[in-house]
Amino acid sequence: MTAAPADKPKKLVIICYSGELEKTWATMILASTAGAMDMETTVFVTFWGLQTFVKDKKRITGVNWMQKMMSFMQRPGASHRKLSKMNFMGMGPWMMFQLAKKYNVAKPKDLLEMAQAVGVQFLPCQMTMDMFGIKREDLIEGMGEPVGAATALQLMTEADSTLFI
Amino acid sequence: MSNLDIKLKVDASGLACPLPILRATQGIKTIAAGELMEIVATDPGSVKDMDAWSKATGHTMVEQSAGDGKFRFVLRHK
Repeated sequence: MTAAPADKPKKLVIICYSGELEKTWATMILASTAGAMDMETTVFVTFWGLQTFVKDKKRITGVNWMQKMMSFMQRPGASHRKLSKMNFMGMGPWMMFQLAKKYNVAKPKDLLEMAQAVGVQFLPCQMTMDMFGIKREDLIEGMGEPVGAATALQLMTEADSTLFI
Repeated sequence: MSNLDIKLKVDASGLACPLPILRATQGIKTIAAGELMEIVATDPGSVKDMDAWSKATGHTMVEQSAGDGKFRFVLRHK
């Protein structure tokens, strides 16, 4: 009734560039589902996306005042993402989560954990870590070794599908 | 309707995408090759999704049915 499985697993690369709630949500849905479909999935986490992977309880990141200010003005952590529009000083995300609860849609943080559980690789961008002053110990458990643009490009050329979110 | 020997029953009723698929993945890991898993969902999107998941993972879709707003899928671990 269904086709025989392919010999090689399909590869998916997601460049997680954005940190907004709705974009993070898309990244996590696609990453977790790809992992569930036995796709070899790698998420390259860079720029604003890196903030999503900081531990929720870490309120301020950074070494110098500009980096600290950045984290003060935009709280890091998967549970603290803002919407790109209609954020309403936090009411927007609150309403989104109310809707998610009502319609049984999993939250980005839960999807992230599920993605890790099905073997999705999350690789932090070394350059972003340096520029934003985010250290390895600030990030959640289970991420891969920090990599750079060349590794990202290598993964992209070998992937069956690449997404820039 | 059928008298298949279902090893594992997963209830994904009320859950929205991508949770039915994730439940299927978690469930199939707990049974052995050749064994059957039944998964029930209410999300209409899950019909195409389960088919795609089955094709991608190689776990054959043995049977599928719909009724009372529920969609039932029986899959065999490859």
